[in-house]
Amino acid sequence: MQLDHRIPSGPLTEKWDRFRFETKLINPANKRKFEIIVVGAGLAGASASATLGELGYNVKTFCIQDSPRRGHSIAAQGGINAAKNYQNDGDSVWRLFYDTIKGGDFRAREANVYRLAQISNQIIDQCVAQGVPFAREYGGLLANRSFGGAQVSRTFYARGQTGQQLLLGAYSAMMRQVKAGKVTLHPRSEMMDLVVINGQARGIVTRNLITGAIESYAADAVVLATGGYGNAYYLSTNAMASNVTATWRAYKRGAAFANPCFVQIHPTCIPVHGTYQSKLTLMSESLRNDARVWVPARPGDKRPPAEIPEPERDYYLEKKYPSFGNLVPRDVASRNAKEQCDQGKGVGDTGLAVYLDFSEAINRLGEAAIRRKYGNLFHMYEKITGQDPVKEPMTIYPAVHYTMGGLWVDYHLMSTVPGLFVLGEANFSDHGANRLGASALMQGLADGYFVLPATISSHFAESALLPINTSHPAFTEAMDTTKGRIQRLLSINGTRTPDEFHRELGLLLWDHCGMARNEAGLTLALGRLPKLKKRFWQDLKVTGNGADLNQTLERAGRVADFIEFAEVMILDALSRQESCGCHFREESQTGEHEAKRMDDTYSHVSAWEYQGEAQTPKLHKEPLVFENIQLSQRSYK
Amino acid sequence: MTVIHLTLKIWRQTGPESKGSFKTYESGPLATAMSFLEMLDVLNERLILSGEEPVAFDHDCREGICGMCGAVINGKAHGPEKKTTLCQLHMRHFRDGDTLVIEPFRSRAFKLVKDLIVDRSAFDAIIAEGGYISVNTGGAPDANAIPVPAFTAEQALDAAECIGCGACVAACPNGSAMLFVGAKISHLSLLPQGQPERSKRALALVKKMDALGFGNCGNEQYCEKACPKGISISNIARLNREFMKAAFCSVEE
Ligand SMILES: Cc1cc2nc3c(=O)[nH]c(=O)nc-3n(C[C@H](O)[C@H](O)[C@H](O)COP(=O)(O)OP(=O)(O)OC[C@H]3O[C@@H](n4cnc5c(N)ncnc54)[C@H](O)[C@@H]3O)c2cc1C
Ligand code: SF4
Ligand code: FES
Repeated sequence: MQLDHRIPSGPLTEKWDRFRFETKLINPANKRKFEIIVVGAGLAGASASATLGELGYNVKTFCIQDSPRRGHSIAAQGGINAAKNYQNDGDSVWRLFYDTIKGGDFRAREANVYRLAQISNQIIDQCVAQGVPFAREYGGLLANRSFGGAQVSRTFYARGQTGQQLLLGAYSAMMRQVKAGKVTLHPRSEMMDLVVINGQARGIVTRNLITGAIESYAADAVVLATGGYGNAYYLSTNAMASNVTATWRAYKRGAAFANPCFVQIHPTCIPVHGTYQSKLTLMSESLRNDARVWVPARPGDKRPPAEIPEPERDYYLEKKYPSFGNLVPRDVASRNAKEQCDQGKGVGDTGLAVYLDFSEAINRLGEAAIRRKYGNLFHMYEKITGQDPVKEPMTIYPAVHYTMGGLWVDYHLMSTVPGLFVLGEANFSDHGANRLGASALMQGLADGYFVLPATISSHFAESALLPINTSHPAFTEAMDTTKGRIQRLLSINGTRTPDEFHRELGLLLWDHCGMARNEAGLTLALGRLPKLKKRFWQDLKVTGNGADLNQTLERAGRVADFIEFAEVMILDALSRQESCGCHFREESQTGEHEAKRMDDTYSHVSAWEYQGEAQTPKLHKEPLVFENIQLSQRSYK
Repeated sequence: MTVIHLTLKIWRQTGPESKGSFKTYESGPLATAMSFLEMLDVLNERLILSGEEPVAFDHDCREGICGMCGAVINGKAHGPEKKTTLCQLHMRHFRDGDTLVIEPFRSRAFKLVKDLIVDRSAFDAIIAEGGYISVNTGGAPDANAIPVPAFTAEQALDAAECIGCGACVAACPNGSAMLFVGAKISHLSLLPQGQPERSKRALALVKKMDALGFGNCGNEQYCEKACPKGISISNIARLNREFMKAAFCSVEE
């Protein structure tokens, strides 16, 4: 397997222009002749489908939900970054680029990240033109807020539901193409396999979630925009249907999986409260703009927060990181919360929580101003916990949130399987070892609206695509494989539900491949996986049949893939013996317990290649070259 | 941890053509901190192990934003709490010993799929008719080129918050989609960017809504009460104004 990043030559600032100039174009009349499959209708998939349709391609778009308006992107709260510098506070494309590279702890490609920062401004223009009602100042111009890991105010937002508004923008642009006949929708469809013919991605196999029918579709290129795999941990802030199935199947057909161990654990989530719990709820990081994080200074202090006087509180982030304070990047904030709780200073019933306190901001700005900014988040918090954050501090704890790892892609967003493109959270491209807040929405939309539409034409112009259809034996083989697997899941008839196995897997990963990792723990978890997998395939219980709407079967299929995927994730965490960003190897820390990178040995992307059932996957390394910035030990002091 | 027990009467129907009926289940002990959907999860785990097919229900974000969940609880769409989706409804709002009757969102325009799942694709079909601003990617002017008063942006967002859940339709005795359509029309017609297609959009959306079998608005306001996002009925008034103006004054076909 060859990892050719295909980054254009020339100065960093000119690479994207140069690419667009040098790339072969397809004339408009010919675009009509190409069929493109887009799997996923979150921000990345919907924006790509809309734009490809506008350009004249024929697009088929698939998603799991009943409507493409419901992709997991809808849940994003805080905002989207852009280098507009509307606040005149010193922002620039270069600064956004630098912050993103640094935030990712120098484990992303310079060229990709620079392009992302360049495109960021066009995204905001596009969204405003679509009618996205971003927050405004009284004079009518766009408002901004600041987010973790940045000292400028560059985040655009629509109350606490930025993702919803951006997705509805992309969705409606796509629906316009549905009306125009350029995009055909396939909701309630789950991709089960990728079809590769002559080394090129030429189609997919899906399961119709209403009828259970196994269907296949052929195309000239396949685009995966299927989101992240955070649900491997069972409890996460992701939506229930978020899965690794689509990318995992593609991996088994030859697409390399990059940096699978890079999983972001978000510092501000509502703490776990019971074993029946099905998911964790994020409280947007934007809250850290106006809230202060603290714990009692004395371990074991169980007094209610109001009874703990100022001098007996420990505002540990402000103390430890005076220049960024409560706005340190997520990985730093999460690790520090865990550290405080490990010292016995955690609060709440379980002792696994810290306070997020708005009282100072309420005194300064007034309750009304704070409610205007965060009203819907407060509402959500109160619904879940029954407590009003204006009256008493929120309690929060870290939770699995976002996956920086994903299928390996080159500068064109193409995977190691020619013709298979990967966008949004599903790829590994821009966030290195840690993603900054408000940068995922930016990346998903950059990929979908601007990057893929430019790069896919060069693929069509440069490759010889033989005419094929779904009667090709490769389709039959993939369909038979899928049917066989479903039959197997249905016929076990054991004694444990898919969720029971999922919970067990989640706990194993959280304990040993979570906020802090070490060799002994990872090795132990790796050793347990084969047994878990074996029990799953011997003792699983799925009711009903395959030819019907069957949610237990859907879940079983996804859990089976998570179990297999966990192995690569742990192998990746084991092989990277440095700490970087979210990946904290206890063996590699500074005297002050901060992550210690080892640039000489680990300044690379780890890409794993499938070697067959029961074979250890093969590790390939793409060296990261930094020509424009100086690597430094990240410091937010 | 406070614990309650409930009696659940749940609508079971294997498919659109089959005959459905209520089936009664005892909930077993439930923590009051549980969400409604977690309560269904617990029931379903038990059903699976006993070999009975679990209750099919739609859900995804479980945060009240994707609009996927929804059922009628004791006659109320999304249950008894105001401005709350089913996934954000918690068991602390019920009393030990309560009986809950749980049914799907029923309406002529929403065909039943299975148990509590209905087909709401009619909403997508309405949006496809013009629930957008026709701009291609690229070439948009600078985002600050057209100032929008903060108040107007807020008002547009109030309407744009609709999550497309369909509770308004289920709650309406006539199965009207006026609140959903009114929200979309308001969102776009309030903004300067939405002006060029304002008339065309109002006409097209209303036409499609009627064609899909949604009923007329009888001004009974059940929709507003059921709406988990607090979409105001004033959006229906605005839709009526927009439609009238377009129908009488617009030169466009
Ligand atoms: C609670 C929360 C808040 C967040 N807040 C922010 C924020 O404020 N700012 C920010 O920048 N980022 C935020 N993020 C991250 C960001 O929302 C996501 O990374 C981003 O939206 C992912 O978009 P996507 O298009 O790549 O994938 P998704 O939105 O996850 O979409 C995936 C799509 O793929 C489909 N799909 C998946 N698997 C299959 C399959 N097997 N077959 C067919 N279809 C499939 C799904 O149906 C869906 O349509 C947040 C994330 C969460 C969880
Ligand atoms: S108007 Fe309210 S009830 Fe109707 S679809 Fe929108 S959010 Fe749901
Ligand atoms: S599950 Fe998304 S709104 Fe309830």
